[in-house]
Amino acid sequence: MSMVAAKSPPSGGDPPFHSSWQARIIALLVLVYAVYALGQLDFSFDRFVKGLDSGAHFLARMFPPSYKNWDQLLTGFIESMEIAVLATFFGVLISLPIAVLGARNLMPGWATWPARLIVTLCRAFNPVITAIIFIKAVGFGALAGVLALIVASIGFVGKLFMEAIEEISMKQIEAVRATGAPFMSVVIYSVLPQVMGRLVGFCSYQLDSNLRNSTMVGIVGAGGIGGVLFAAFQRFEYDFVLAILITIIAVVLAGELASNHVKRIFRV
Amino acid sequence: MAVVLSIKGLVKAYRPGVPVLKGIDLDFEERGLTAIIGSSGTGKSTLVRSVNRLVNPTEGSILFKGQELSRIEGKALREARRRIGMVFQEYNLVERLTVMENLLTGRLGYVGLFDAWLRRFPADDVAYAFRLLDVIGLAGFANQRADSLSGGQRQRVGIARALMQRPEILLADEPTSSLDPKTSVEIMELLKFQGIDHNIPVLVNIHDVDLARRFADRIIGMTGGTVVFDGPPEQLSDDHLKLIYGGEGWLQ
Repeated sequence: MSMVAAKSPPSGGDPPFHSSWQARIIALLVLVYAVYALGQLDFSFDRFVKGLDSGAHFLARMFPPSYKNWDQLLTGFIESMEIAVLATFFGVLISLPIAVLGARNLMPGWATWPARLIVTLCRAFNPVITAIIFIKAVGFGALAGVLALIVASIGFVGKLFMEAIEEISMKQIEAVRATGAPFMSVVIYSVLPQVMGRLVGFCSYQLDSNLRNSTMVGIVGAGGIGGVLFAAFQRFEYDFVLAILITIIAVVLAGELASNHVKRIFRV
Repeated sequence: MAVVLSIKGLVKAYRPGVPVLKGIDLDFEERGLTAIIGSSGTGKSTLVRSVNRLVNPTEGSILFKGQELSRIEGKALREARRRIGMVFQEYNLVERLTVMENLLTGRLGYVGLFDAWLRRFPADDVAYAFRLLDVIGLAGFANQRADSLSGGQRQRVGIARALMQRPEILLADEPTSSLDPKTSVEIMELLKFQGIDHNIPVLVNIHDVDLARRFADRIIGMTGGTVVFDGPPEQLSDDHLKLIYGGEGWLQ
């Protein structure tokens, strides 16, 4: 009796959990491709062990970190910092109007799609690729780095800010509109107060991200500490490389602390 | 008394062929509180919101002091809205701004963009705002953020914001529906006496028949997008209420 009850489900037919055969096939394909790619790229255990060997050699030459070229380090960092701050400032400044134009709850279709297209284009490439393009356009140096990171900032802050505006309460907008306020006053008195807290968060996050990216765009010649780092690699000055890396970590951590502090000031 | 607001043949259909308002004809005089009663979804809100064009009418005319409001756009619409104060069911204050900033949004139609941004409002606007805070019993709350207030306090600020416009008519869309009974009475008193003080007509959408009877000089009953009662509160009988709300069990 109890055996029969256990075998046939009470509601008849449907199993309690679905297992999709499509999902199984996809998982199998991913596994097969991973094995195939591993074979194609010629990874062997020997190669791995040899790699470990030179890794250990490399690490050994990094210690102790050397700060004897501290002046290069300092100039590089000051430039990186300038690149990051300028790129964040102008990037956010340009993002604001683009985000307002792109918000579908405030603007008609003819305004939103071009704004969204700009943001998508700005997000299309990694900052390093944008930096290479700008180096070709304006030459080597910090300007190319600033321009590349402005583009990256628009892509990131613009998109997040647009989404933040689309989530605001329309009731508060409606009330200010009903007083006869012109559109820009509605934006200043009703849209911005509702998204200000999140904007401060996005800005500090973007400054943080630009600081890290500014070290990277330097590698392709767009100014900042990245250039110094790349030069050190090429001269096999691994102890100086470690000094630079430690300083980057310290600066990024300091940026994190500073942004927490800023958020507290703005009561986010 | 002269008619200040004249609504003629007002039709609103959010979807074509399904009108919410089916040809409303109403005149409002220059003084007095009019309560519009009716069950939910009967078009009360749509009617009130058509006046300041938060809702765009499909057909008909809205004449306010000789100006046709039903078709204007842009600057003309903004200038008309400056003269019409509105109070909302959920107060619709800008939560992260202070009480004072919320009050001064009532003047945004008159202040330039940069002055507004820098909070540079004319001195008599600021003085008037402080006076209104006294009137609504919130003196000393100027620098509190709106999200720290209770429901009744928020609605008072909402009324003060509308009065900041120095409006020529006051609209209120279910101003008491989110409030407790005692606060509801206080809010209705405020609307009624501010209307008298400033010599302007007040139009209130309201669910509560007793409140409407107690404060209104005129009651308009709506059902299914048409006006089925229009007269002084004394004339509103149970038969009218059955017609307005349908059924009768709820009247016992």
